[in-house]
Amino acid sequence: MNTKKELQVSAIENGTVIDHIPAEYLFQVITILGLDKSKNSVTFGNNLESKLLGKKAIIKISNKFFEDEEINKISLIAPHAKLNIIRDYKVSEKKIVESPEKVIGIAKCMNPKCITNVEAVTTRFKVINNSPITLKCHYCEKITDHKNIEIV
Amino acid sequence: MDNKSLVSIDDYTKEEILEVLARAAEFEKNPNCSLLEGKVVASLFFEPSTRTRLSFETAISRMGGRIVGFTDSSSSSVTKGETLKDTTKMVSNYCDLIVMRHPIEGSARYASEVSDVPVINAGDGANQHPSQTMLDLYSIMKTQGTLENLNIFMVGDLKYGRTVHSLLMALSHFNPTFHFIAPPELEIPRGYKIFMEKNNIKYFEHTEFNDIINDADILYMTRVQKERFADPLEYEKVKNVYILKNDMLNNTKDNMRILHPLPRVNEIAVDVDTNPKAYYFEQALNGVYARQAIIAKALNL
Repeated sequence: MNTKKELQVSAIENGTVIDHIPAEYLFQVITILGLDKSKNSVTFGNNLESKLLGKKAIIKISNKFFEDEEINKISLIAPHAKLNIIRDYKVSEKKIVESPEKVIGIAKCMNPKCITNVEAVTTRFKVINNSPITLKCHYCEKITDHKNIEIV
Repeated sequence: MDNKSLVSIDDYTKEEILEVLARAAEFEKNPNCSLLEGKVVASLFFEPSTRTRLSFETAISRMGGRIVGFTDSSSSSVTKGETLKDTTKMVSNYCDLIVMRHPIEGSARYASEVSDVPVINAGDGANQHPSQTMLDLYSIMKTQGTLENLNIFMVGDLKYGRTVHSLLMALSHFNPTFHFIAPPELEIPRGYKIFMEKNNIKYFEHTEFNDIINDADILYMTRVQKERFADPLEYEKVKNVYILKNDMLNNTKDNMRILHPLPRVNEIAVDVDTNPKAYYFEQALNGVYARQAIIAKALNL
């Protein structure tokens, strides 16, 4: 954000910028973080050029600073996401998203015979590998790998 | 909510496995007792499994407990559309312990979370069947005198066989050497190989079923199931490769014993049955003692 070129999403005074979100997951990231219900001003851009991802999305949330635990929920779908904490129009801190140890109620178990796909049970997984992210279902004990992760 | 439940064999530590096996030996000496007197055990079989159900119900009866329940879901409220959660909550109000068999994977873990009394998993789909694993371990302990440092040969369907997977996990506490004999279509899943490599467990894979079994302490046979093969020709090719015949046992070790979770089809020739190394029928009887010990532990008796 320090480059002179024109910003594709306008700058915020204070808050959080989430960058390098895969374009196809923008709206899921918004849902997971509850931004659709947020009272803060939220601006975002989608299908922006990215060397890393091809097409990326970016979200800027004014006056909002996430707890690590909260933001790590998006690591399942946006493992390369980067956070810039903005204070007085300047980046005061950079963070990367880290995989949580447990994933609760976000992802779907890929095993069609799992109880979580049969009855209304909140899914629970242990993260057994960070890169690529691999989940083990707390219930049926089957592995859901990164290629098969679906967000509830 | 009580975590005396036994859902997966991983719920037991090494010490707990040994504790339950020692208890099973006591029940073998004195099977009849009144530990469960005045207690009601719910036996919920959402799918039929005669062998497992009779084994559990015998265990409960020998301990003086009363049994309520059903033997398949057609005679339960499931046919009216009741959820597992509601059935479990309702039944847990009535009884002191639930023994549950269910075709859906993960159902036992879920039930143990919604139930106020401990739940013993008597099989949840292709996932876990820990009481089978405990009786396998008890049979190994009884015939070998130890669980440590054994040569364990597993034969047949190593891909889908849940008894194989759970036994592998349980024995991993005891420095085993595994030999897996299976067609490539049914080889042991990658996840288990990674597990063994991470834990420095020695294992070897074979496709030929021949005199390599002369090294075995335990020969764990399983059924190669036709329905696992996409191509019926493939099944025809492998179905007769993994049949244990009596003459194959000539040079095997004296302490070697043959286990099989049963039912068998043709993978162990009938002439093996009278060989002193055949242990699969006694193995089934051990299931009652192992289950008595599991129940006693679940109820802290």
